[in-house]
Amino acid sequence: MGAINSKQERRFQRFWMGFFIVITFIAMIPILRVLAVSLSGKNAIIAGKVFILPVDFNVEAYVKSLQSGSFVNAFWYSILLMLGSTVLNLVMTVLAAYPLSKPNLKGGKLVMALFVLTMYLHPGVIPEYLNVKDFKMIDTVWALVIPGALSAYNMIIMCNAFKGIDSAIYDAAKIDGCSEAKTLTRVVLPLVYPTLATLGLFYAVGRWNGISDVLYYINSSKLFTVQMVLKQFVESVNVSVEEGIQTNLVAENIKAASIVISMLPMLIVYPFVQKFFTRGIMVGAVKG
Amino acid sequence: MEKDGKKSKVGIYLRNNWQLYLMLLVPVVYMILFKYKPMLGVVVAFKKFNVFKGIWSSPWIGLANFKEAFSSKDFWSALKNTIILNIGDLIIGFPIPIFLAVFLNELRSERIRKTTQTLLYLPNFLSWVIIAGIVTQLFNSSGLVNNIIGAFGGEPVSFLSNSFIWRFVYWIMGVWQGAGYSLIVYLAALMAADASLGEAAYIDGATRLQRIWHVTLPQISSTITVLLIMQVGRLVNISFDRPYLMGNTLVKDASDVISTYVYSVGLAAGRFDFATAVGLFQTVVGIILVLVANWTIKKMGQEGIL
Repeated sequence: MGAINSKQERRFQRFWMGFFIVITFIAMIPILRVLAVSLSGKNAIIAGKVFILPVDFNVEAYVKSLQSGSFVNAFWYSILLMLGSTVLNLVMTVLAAYPLSKPNLKGGKLVMALFVLTMYLHPGVIPEYLNVKDFKMIDTVWALVIPGALSAYNMIIMCNAFKGIDSAIYDAAKIDGCSEAKTLTRVVLPLVYPTLATLGLFYAVGRWNGISDVLYYINSSKLFTVQMVLKQFVESVNVSVEEGIQTNLVAENIKAASIVISMLPMLIVYPFVQKFFTRGIMVGAVKG
Repeated sequence: MEKDGKKSKVGIYLRNNWQLYLMLLVPVVYMILFKYKPMLGVVVAFKKFNVFKGIWSSPWIGLANFKEAFSSKDFWSALKNTIILNIGDLIIGFPIPIFLAVFLNELRSERIRKTTQTLLYLPNFLSWVIIAGIVTQLFNSSGLVNNIIGAFGGEPVSFLSNSFIWRFVYWIMGVWQGAGYSLIVYLAALMAADASLGEAAYIDGATRLQRIWHVTLPQISSTITVLLIMQVGRLVNISFDRPYLMGNTLVKDASDVISTYVYSVGLAAGRFDFATAVGLFQTVVGIILVLVANWTIKKMGQEGIL
């Protein structure tokens, strides 16, 4: 659009390219800072010499964080929890979305309306807590898996993906004598693979990053997720520094290393899944 | 079966569709037990809750919990802080992604567009625990900002123990975490818009700013309106993670919000009935605001969210 080579246009393009490069760089500073501190020597940090590049480069902080049994255990436990609950989430989502995507299913509209209503009516933290308590799930891993087993919002996205499949495909499967279950697993699911992957990632990120249910429902430290252990690390420094007490329970660089390790799963997966997520947002945006 | 036409129809329908109903069974049972059953639990708000008697056998006390909340200073302070923090998000956080999207959309370099989007969206994937940790790395007495101030010979600033400054830290980190998401939503809306209008405006001799103002912005105005009104509708709702994890004891007078108040009086101090009443108040006001917001959107001729 426009005069590609006009002098004014070139100046405009150059200015805004520069602007966005600067903005993006500024947005990355917080992450660079944490990386720098995690890889710097203790004395350089205390002397205030570290900005966004490591000084006295060393990986001692990582070695020390990985020697902390509670942190490493929480890390692997959180990975397992994330994988397990994501599988459950996806199974539940598909089980609900597939029947509800059938326009002729009797009672389907009512069930759908009931699911939609749950997006707007929240019972609140305490009634939910008492409910989890009724099921004797307090301080068990189930409290972190079952209450959030299905998101109505994601289920609607899945449902729309099923509805988007050409009805000729359903007819063909029926003529070939496929049962509904077989149609779903053999024919339909491979077709909605991108949506399935997107929702799986939404669920996985939510579980990895979630902390409120751990705070609400879990007391024993062996069931703490990596976020919860990290919170304890971060706060042990935070309060003491802010109150002017010099005894940091966890050194700054170890804290930074723990933050980086907790970000790692997201940072590693992000470049690959970013496209899926963008698509996921657009699915939601189009739905409005 | 063939004798009774109606019965046989139902029979055939069920024989063809029983698998679908079987699939629905587990999600529906889940929904009833974990979404609708706890809704009954809000009656606790009208009771004097006794742990040993349980929800149903505890005595009714009418609106006593609500009266107590409305006469409690902490409750009003939490409500006030909730609204202040949300209004700040609205004023600071809302326009930035629109600005970024409009100008990013004008850029020709595909590479810069993609890279900016990708990197600005990244913080969205970090938990508030991690962001709170990053905040201390940036703003505490030995953080990056104070390092820079120190390098220029200035005195360290206590960003995280001064309530007034803390609020700005809260808002800025909200932009850092959330702007990338909104940016992508707006860019998607711009991509779906008709490019030929802009070209026509160019041929008619419109300057770039005129084009942005009269063509580009109107093209996404419906997205802007819907997002804006939805955010206004959530004015009394606030997430738990962000204020809870970013706050600290020294800025309690700014960081105590409804969600953290419910947590501290309810789960930490064990006053289930009172905390449920506070939560219920928030839910009811929230629903009213969302309904009003939805009504407003529809009045303006846009498609509502409900």
